[in-house]
Amino acid sequence: MKSTQIRVGVAAVTGALLLCACGGGPGSSGGDFTGGKLVLAVLNDQTGVYKDASGPNSVKAVKMAVADYKKKYGGAAVVDDIEVTSADHQNKPDVANTKAQELYERKGADVILDVPTSSAALAVATQAKNHHKVFIDVSAATTELTGAHCNKYTFQWAYDTYMLANGTGTTVTKDGDKNWQLIYPDYAFGQDMTASFTKAIKAAGGTVQGSIATPFPNDNFTTFLTKAGSTDPDVIGTMQAGGDLDNLVKQYNQSGLKEKGVHLAVGLMVINDIHALGVDQVAGTTFTDPWYWNFDQQSRAWADRFRQETGIRPSFEQAGNYSAALQYLEAVQSAKTDKADAVVHQLEGKKINDVFLRNGEVRAQDHLVVHDAYLARVKKPSQVKEPWDYEDIVTTIPAAKAFPPAGQFACSM
Amino acid sequence: MNAVLQYAVQGLAAGSFYALAALGLAVIFGVLGVVNFAHGAFYMLGAVATAVLLDTLGLTLWWSLLVVPALMFVFGVVVERLLVRWLLRLDPLYNFLLTFGLTLVLVELVKQKYGVSGLPYQPPAILQGRVDLAGVVLPRYQLFVFLFSVTICVLVWLLMTRTRIGMIVRASTEKPELARALGINVGRWVTPVFGFGVALAGLAGVLAAPFRAITADMGNNFVIILFAVVVIGGLGSIVGAVAAGFLVGLVEAFGQAYAPTFAQILIFVLMALIILVRPAGLFGREEAAT
Repeated sequence: MKSTQIRVGVAAVTGALLLCACGGGPGSSGGDFTGGKLVLAVLNDQTGVYKDASGPNSVKAVKMAVADYKKKYGGAAVVDDIEVTSADHQNKPDVANTKAQELYERKGADVILDVPTSSAALAVATQAKNHHKVFIDVSAATTELTGAHCNKYTFQWAYDTYMLANGTGTTVTKDGDKNWQLIYPDYAFGQDMTASFTKAIKAAGGTVQGSIATPFPNDNFTTFLTKAGSTDPDVIGTMQAGGDLDNLVKQYNQSGLKEKGVHLAVGLMVINDIHALGVDQVAGTTFTDPWYWNFDQQSRAWADRFRQETGIRPSFEQAGNYSAALQYLEAVQSAKTDKADAVVHQLEGKKINDVFLRNGEVRAQDHLVVHDAYLARVKKPSQVKEPWDYEDIVTTIPAAKAFPPAGQFACSM
Repeated sequence: MNAVLQYAVQGLAAGSFYALAALGLAVIFGVLGVVNFAHGAFYMLGAVATAVLLDTLGLTLWWSLLVVPALMFVFGVVVERLLVRWLLRLDPLYNFLLTFGLTLVLVELVKQKYGVSGLPYQPPAILQGRVDLAGVVLPRYQLFVFLFSVTICVLVWLLMTRTRIGMIVRASTEKPELARALGINVGRWVTPVFGFGVALAGLAGVLAAPFRAITADMGNNFVIILFAVVVIGGLGSIVGAVAAGFLVGLVEAFGQAYAPTFAQILIFVLMALIILVRPAGLFGREEAAT
């Protein structure tokens, strides 16, 4: 009797081991996944200026990706215990640094996603490098993440300042607005954007008549605008964001520059900015958008699902987080482990088409994700057919032209 | 020369707005001795109310200029009765802490309700465009803000110095014992004066809606500039607040034109210089500085 029990026991263990070796069902995850589970951490601004553009709704987007992954693979998923956690970095690099450390070390995060604010993202990139864990930046724009500060574990998913400048600066200049005045907030993002815009404008045959650094934050732009308008430029390019962009646009509209024929181009505009200002305030403004919810049937269908979850339409940052989480999970599925080196290997060079990335490729050399971008123009109030229907996509900028060529920003991993 | 004149006109227009916005702060400190750090939050509430009233009831700017200050007056009365009143006899530091805490609560509540991106606002068509004053160009709305603010400043000054109510209020605060001996019920005036100061903050918020971002945080940076204004003018002095408002507007405009990144710092350099020369501010009484 006893020997029968032993035989059954041995058979059961052998069977279980065989199943594991096949890399089969969810039960196999324990050995290849730290703590038996996968942890996706969204580190972003949960209460401050970027809360609406990304914030808690990016966490929801990541949860949507987890749900979609589970639905797609069902019993064949290499891991079924997937946790989504989040933390608020208040847009401060020191807080981001501490939180990233805590997420990797204590909360067992396998990947950190999002991280708006360039200085905060650079701090997280350093932590990713030190911990040998993955960081996929979605909302920060500095080219340093895939340039001077690039590393094996850091990816830049949605956009960078080169893309914004190259799209808007080049296209607007080639369309005939040759003479520019630039107004920028005097901190890392503003300086980076101004340098990128200047380069793009000059390369397209335009002139930068002047670039005016402004304090940040700043409520009153009246005199800055007068000064910028005094050289009779064709267009004023503003690198302001959030509330400062709101202030500047309102004051530009009242300054009379518009009537004089001086156009306004915006360096970075998120759909929430248009919503906050009201379409009438920014109608006709040109900007580069990494993604627009109403671009085609596929993006619209996803935006419908997102609206069911959140009540509003998604920003490009929220869609970008969905895509980054989904593709990370796909890479884990292929690697059959959460070990960062194996997952990174799966992502490198991968060609991707999803809701967010069109003609996307995770460039192996610098981990910049290149994909199609769009030159958008804000609709006139009379053209708006439904809430959040704010953009006309003027041109698609193909992936190869939208982003800097590999090697441009001296990345060595 | 034309450029200098242009910047001067813009500076005066911006200064008039600072003067009006600082007026409530000066009135509340002058009369009650309360350092009202919540002034920026009250200003923000005025702007948010203006945007919400336009969106929900279709209330235009003209109506908001009447309705919002009235609502803010009532709100100010409630805040005074419920909170500020209990700390009036204590060190002003307690009032500072209370109003600072109140700011955090109000800002957070607005964020919860309306998010952080801001609210849209469409100003009346008649105030769009710009006017040309012999070669000096000013947005029509700025001209309106200038005329409106100067009118309100003059009215408040007349109210405080030329009317019976103003004299009673000033007597109650400057010589409370004497006022009591003359049969004036000093305590009766505390609540309406606080409400009045809050209404002025709300009025500045209404004026701001068409040309500034309407966000929960819009008062945070602004209140620091307003404190600079009242310190330069002399804490509690109405004439001082108005004069300093214009001065700060001019310094900011020329700063923006000739030393852009230092435009805001220059305001505080000015404040430091004036305190060095006149510790009580331009129009402050010496005892206010002690």
